[in-house]
Amino acid sequence: MSDQEASELILEPERYELSAAAPYRFDIDRREFFKVLGCGVVVLFLVDAALAQQETGGGRRRGGGGQRPAEISAWLHIGEDGTITVFTGKVEVGQNIRTSLTQAVAEELRAPVESIRMVMADTELTPYDAGTFGSRTTPDMAAQLHKIAAEAREALLDLAADSFKCERDSLTLANGKISRSGANDSIAFGQLTKGQKLVKSVNDKSSPTPAADWKIAGTSVPKVNGRELVTGKHRYASDINRPGMLHGKVLRPSAFDATLASVDTKAAEAMPGVTVVHDGDFVGVTAPDVLTAERAIAAIKAEWTAKPQVSSAELFDYLKKNTRGPQRTGRANEAGSAEGTPAADQKLQQTYTVAYIAHTPLEPRAAVAEWKDDKLTVWTGTQRPFGVRGDVAQAFGIPEDRVHLIAPDTGSGYGGKHTTAAATEAARLSKAVGKPVKLVWTREEEFTWGYFRPAGIIEVSSGVRSDGTITEWEFHNYNSGNSGVRSPYDIPGQRSEFHPTAYPLKQGSYRGLASTANHFAREVHMDELARAVKMDPLEFRLKNLRDSRLRAVLEAAAKAFGWGKTKAADGHGFGIAAGTEKGSYLATCAEVAVDRKTGVVKVLRAVAAFECGAIVNPDHLKNQVEGAMVMGLGGALFEAVQFENGKITNPRLSDYRVPRFTDMPAIEIVLLDRKDVPSAGAGETPIIGIAPAVGNAIFDATGIRLRSMPMTPQELLKAGA
Amino acid sequence: MARVKHVIVNGKEFAIDVDGERTLLSVLRDDLDLTGTKYGCGEGQCGACTVLLDGVPIHSCRARMSTVLRRKVTTIEGLETDGRLHPLQEAFLKAGAMQCAYCTSGMIMAGVGLLQKKPNPSDEDILAGMKGNLCRCGTYQRIFAAIKDGAKALQGGAK
Ligand code: FES
Ligand code: FES
Repeated sequence: MSDQEASELILEPERYELSAAAPYRFDIDRREFFKVLGCGVVVLFLVDAALAQQETGGGRRRGGGGQRPAEISAWLHIGEDGTITVFTGKVEVGQNIRTSLTQAVAEELRAPVESIRMVMADTELTPYDAGTFGSRTTPDMAAQLHKIAAEAREALLDLAADSFKCERDSLTLANGKISRSGANDSIAFGQLTKGQKLVKSVNDKSSPTPAADWKIAGTSVPKVNGRELVTGKHRYASDINRPGMLHGKVLRPSAFDATLASVDTKAAEAMPGVTVVHDGDFVGVTAPDVLTAERAIAAIKAEWTAKPQVSSAELFDYLKKNTRGPQRTGRANEAGSAEGTPAADQKLQQTYTVAYIAHTPLEPRAAVAEWKDDKLTVWTGTQRPFGVRGDVAQAFGIPEDRVHLIAPDTGSGYGGKHTTAAATEAARLSKAVGKPVKLVWTREEEFTWGYFRPAGIIEVSSGVRSDGTITEWEFHNYNSGNSGVRSPYDIPGQRSEFHPTAYPLKQGSYRGLASTANHFAREVHMDELARAVKMDPLEFRLKNLRDSRLRAVLEAAAKAFGWGKTKAADGHGFGIAAGTEKGSYLATCAEVAVDRKTGVVKVLRAVAAFECGAIVNPDHLKNQVEGAMVMGLGGALFEAVQFENGKITNPRLSDYRVPRFTDMPAIEIVLLDRKDVPSAGAGETPIIGIAPAVGNAIFDATGIRLRSMPMTPQELLKAGA
Repeated sequence: MARVKHVIVNGKEFAIDVDGERTLLSVLRDDLDLTGTKYGCGEGQCGACTVLLDGVPIHSCRARMSTVLRRKVTTIEGLETDGRLHPLQEAFLKAGAMQCAYCTSGMIMAGVGLLQKKPNPSDEDILAGMKGNLCRCGTYQRIFAAIKDGAKALQGGAK
């Protein structure tokens, strides 16, 4: 890890992902568009500079406040054959934006989905984008594409009015054609754009079709590239093959932060077809095939100097003892005070912990790099194509415009594919051999050399009156992060804080960020309070909750689950949890069966109610909510990264258990559609509810309260003994 | 180091010249450019690399080339006939049984193998047949539905 990389990682984890924004100043050269794309109509989205800073989080670092030119965030081209091409720097990582963004454009242009092509995440073709994270694609990029396409529609109507020599009002647009009322003729987009070199731009003030009138957006359009996916034709970064390409492998240090003391590469160099590259602490090989590369690495004799490091057994102690600097307060603290509120009848103080977990994307980090003359092209699976381009350029000391970075639709990321390592490694090897090089991290490397969702400790102290009113609330999160730290319940004078600490493993972004940890602690604690005052957990929540959107999902989930209707069978339990994050609202109910002898918990049934404003694609939204819930089960019940003295000790799928077919509960999803509320992103928030719902259900079944994620059989047996 | 000189994939014999210790997965992907079969773990834990060997699903990341001599390999690229998708591919599309779809080839191949053995699988049969395959995006419920649907389509003689 470079010093700079290291210093960036010391930022609190939630901000880490925002540290990439370097404003790309795009000089609009109209001739360029048409040279590359052919004649037609182009519409650009100009981001207001002030807005851009807010969106990328870069404003914090840039400061200054001088005038900056507007930036382009996306554009659309309608060619002479009527093909609509959209250019955006966003990345498809399985969250289905290739389809949902297509729907936004189809909606406004009243054009068939098939006539739209999305060009995404290619630094030479698409405008700068800070990255695909933070559930920002739907609220930002989809909204902008609606506006761009609406403007294109207006431009086409103008052209058609000219061509027909008629009033615009007599024209209607449907199915990629414009027709004249009263007359029996129509004109296709391509006929209108022929020979045109028309450039238009829009900004945030233009107004697209309201969600209530949507015809294509808001419907379950199937994945636009589904056929490519079920036939295996789509090429992920790790599937890119180039003529003359070699396979690379990197010698990994014996432990984190170890330095190379000595290395003997002679045996590897003698192997036919093998080239060894040694540059500082970097040692890697290229070979004609992966097996030979592996053998070459195994033949290298290296000695490393490593320092003693914290192990998972001491983790929570370490975090608590290494709280850094003054406690961070601020946005999380509630105005008003508890003064004047009647005193609590009962007080409760508890500590919750969350382990480090790994993203484990099924496609590990991978890159193909190819130098031609002085220019480097890299294909890599990343959520930050422009950021990675900058990092790679910096690693080689070359200007950014000499690096072309392409991020093909990726085998998922979950917040884990923000960094550059695989790309830089492949590029270094390729540079040495003068040939394209592919480097695919093994699962073990993926488990070890990426970064993790931060572990954390959460301390909660609270007070409650016998009638169920919460009177006091203090919430301290150590290390795992700020996201979701504030309680959505009505507690005057609540205090919720995040405390950064020193930490032993590389940590960074993860689906839902710290919201999962914070909701686990809060919603389990809420359950404990409800039990303390002998109230039904649902009723207790509703009593302390005014937020109508959160109430609505709680009530919807409870209804679908049949909450309060039946008693759980022997050895079974019911649990409920709710929360809000990134503009969307979730409630989850779960039924578990617990085997008291083995401590094994089986989740039998899970119901989630979710609301994220106007729904863009109901089926895909459902898919995201289901998937997030399943992924959340892993962190709830099984997943924990074990480490000792700078080594990950369970870096294999056989040792690090993730949810499988046999773990599946019966899942039911209830979606609430709020056409009157702008759509929020939905790929992250639905992960936050399942762990506390399961934890609370375990208590319901056994009377045993588990306060650590994952809630493993060992923990349960220990607590039950 | 015995060399392997040919391999039969999707009904075609390919002349190759590879170390018999290499995995079938790497030869498919790197030598034959059949990249529909994926790497996910290399230890038989994820099923992303599933192909059929003489009609039986196997993890190609664990199959050495020396063991597949003269046996018939079928990969995801071999499922279409005359540009028509296999009914299970159709069923995956219909059920929307994917997100990132990195697991999809392996899931479909495991499913095809399962349905060859059990044309009318019970829920337990599906769990048993698919338990070697991971979907990190968590689309299991949909994959389950797709396999049931695919079974029906296959039994009805497809469309
Ligand atoms: S790559 Fe073969 S089972 Fe995972
Ligand atoms: S769809 Fe992403 S792993 Fe299955």
